[in-house]
Amino acid sequence: MDSANNPQPQAAQRLSGSQLIIRLLERQGITHIAGIPGGANLPMYDSLVGSNIKHVLARHEQGAGFIAQGMARVTGQAQVCFASSGPGASNLITAVADANLDSVPLIAITGQVPQQMIGTDAFQEIDTFGLMLPITKHNWVVRSAEELLQVIPEAFSIALSGRPGPVSIDVPKDVQNQLIDVTEWPEPGVAIPAPDFDVQEVEAMLAKIREAHRPVLMIGGGIVYSGESALLREFAEKLDIPTVQTFMGLGILPADHRLSLGMLGMHGARYTNYILEECDMLIGLGVRFDDRATGKVEAFCPNAEIVHVDIDQSEIGKIKNPVLSILADVGEVLTIANEQLEAVERPLWQQRVEQLKEAHPLILDGSDELFRPYGAIKKVASILDDSANISTDVGQHQMWVAQAYPINRPRQWVSSGGLGTMGFGLPAAIGIALAQPDQKSICFSGDGSIMMNIQELATAAEENLDVKIIILNNGHLGLVRQQQTLFYDKNLSSVKFQQGVNFAMTAQSMGVKGIDLGQSDDPEADLREALLEHGPCVINIPISETEMVYPMVAPGGANRDMIGGEA
Amino acid sequence: MSAQIMEADTTSAATPTKSVLKLIVNNHAGVMSHVCGLFSRRSYNLEGIMVMPIASEQGARSCIWLLLDEKEKLPQIIQQTQKLVDVLSIERHPLSGSVFEKTNDYFTA
Repeated sequence: MDSANNPQPQAAQRLSGSQLIIRLLERQGITHIAGIPGGANLPMYDSLVGSNIKHVLARHEQGAGFIAQGMARVTGQAQVCFASSGPGASNLITAVADANLDSVPLIAITGQVPQQMIGTDAFQEIDTFGLMLPITKHNWVVRSAEELLQVIPEAFSIALSGRPGPVSIDVPKDVQNQLIDVTEWPEPGVAIPAPDFDVQEVEAMLAKIREAHRPVLMIGGGIVYSGESALLREFAEKLDIPTVQTFMGLGILPADHRLSLGMLGMHGARYTNYILEECDMLIGLGVRFDDRATGKVEAFCPNAEIVHVDIDQSEIGKIKNPVLSILADVGEVLTIANEQLEAVERPLWQQRVEQLKEAHPLILDGSDELFRPYGAIKKVASILDDSANISTDVGQHQMWVAQAYPINRPRQWVSSGGLGTMGFGLPAAIGIALAQPDQKSICFSGDGSIMMNIQELATAAEENLDVKIIILNNGHLGLVRQQQTLFYDKNLSSVKFQQGVNFAMTAQSMGVKGIDLGQSDDPEADLREALLEHGPCVINIPISETEMVYPMVAPGGANRDMIGGEA
Repeated sequence: MSAQIMEADTTSAATPTKSVLKLIVNNHAGVMSHVCGLFSRRSYNLEGIMVMPIASEQGARSCIWLLLDEKEKLPQIIQQTQKLVDVLSIERHPLSGSVFEKTNDYFTA
């Protein structure tokens, strides 16, 4: 066996480009590939037969992209999806763009028409390179089989290094078929070390934080991706600093941790946004000051100095100008910082925080009723333990889950943040279940989102995965309806589905168990049974279309100006 | 909204200072797309582009000169450009004495 540990030159092996691709992916430790075969990637699928890599046949390339994303988001490892040229590649675009905005290491490998046909408007030809270019960290068209030996390890290295992200590799069919002699294998691509920083920078940061009277920590996806959430917890506890979590950072601190203020921003609790109003220092760790978190930037933390630690130079000063910043992996900074922390207590500030919490709590209206959003979410949470991975689609249900589900560990929470892609949830949940088959993969969805990739139910059935799809069904595009209600004078336009869908029957038609709690004699018992037994299941929960996500900050508005959710 | 309009008005009223960037890049197919695509998707107009392979590098590297308006977000776009895998270095240069001044005679209607 050739391996990285055995660099002895082997006797030359004559391999095709497509065989090279599969061997290089095996050497990277890839165990699953999600994809769909077609004309221009037939050689890759030919070479996949006999490989240890398990192929998961999606029903739409976007599903394949999100299955790979689901695997990547819960493991932190780079994952691969395959598609053919033309529509195969263009169908991947949304999943790649989604990975780009949420910094997910995704490797999209597409077939392309043979090189001599590129530029002739050939059958299923599309400019995949041009389409992938603005939504990847880097992308390639591979011009020879030889190049694959360099491009594939480099693709993994780029996807995993610094701020992670997607890459795409377009491989013309003649390159897949080209035979070359391989005598030596390249080392697998790995993450290169994060930027160097000086210990003195950390000391300066700690000195700066010591000056603050009312500091708040803002923690985000960078901490999840650094794998050092425990260090953050120690840091926050020792310095006694109240902590807001971004949407991407949910789970870094357990939901009920004494310092956790939950999620900030557009659908944050009133007290959370009010505490940010009053802080005199905001310490952003692995965050990018997304507009859904900050609201109107000029009004965000108006009295605070900003301290910012991030691994991406271009994020520092992009939205908020920090008084002090460190370009580094936030986990490495916390490692150094925690060595020299002196425990601090902030009784006055904590007392003020408690006051605001009591005066402006997060109101989870209807949290003891199964057929109301918070009630359904709380009931599901009460049946499951923290080993369950929680994913969502996009819309009201997503925000309700972000507010109410107790996310208690990093990477337990998987949701489309930056791109906000409806249709993300089901295929991502499939990927999560493939990566961690012994843990329940729970996907909250809505009747709008689920329809955007519902074909992947057949994939879930085929793989017999422990995936549970909970549809909070209000017969509407709920979050659009909410915005039309609040900001467009209740002028409801194209948000009601005149034709409903029987999701239980739809599931059954694709080999997945489906139940409708609205038709059940004992909905709580049926929910419990459906969640606890093994295997894929769709659980329809009817809710009213008048349910709203509160509080809400109007898009473009200041976080202090929240609508609804008052005690 | 009004703040945005005012900002646009002031920038169009005053003649913006020009800035020149010199990029050394890997001479791959697609590297110009990566550079130009970045500026266009981040809504930063490129006034002029001059590219040639570097003679002493046997075609392995190219030099790209960019002419652009000096705007508040110039440092941000430079940082974004630095993240491009094939961009090896970036330098800021004045317009005066740059390739764009020296080649003015070639750019006529």
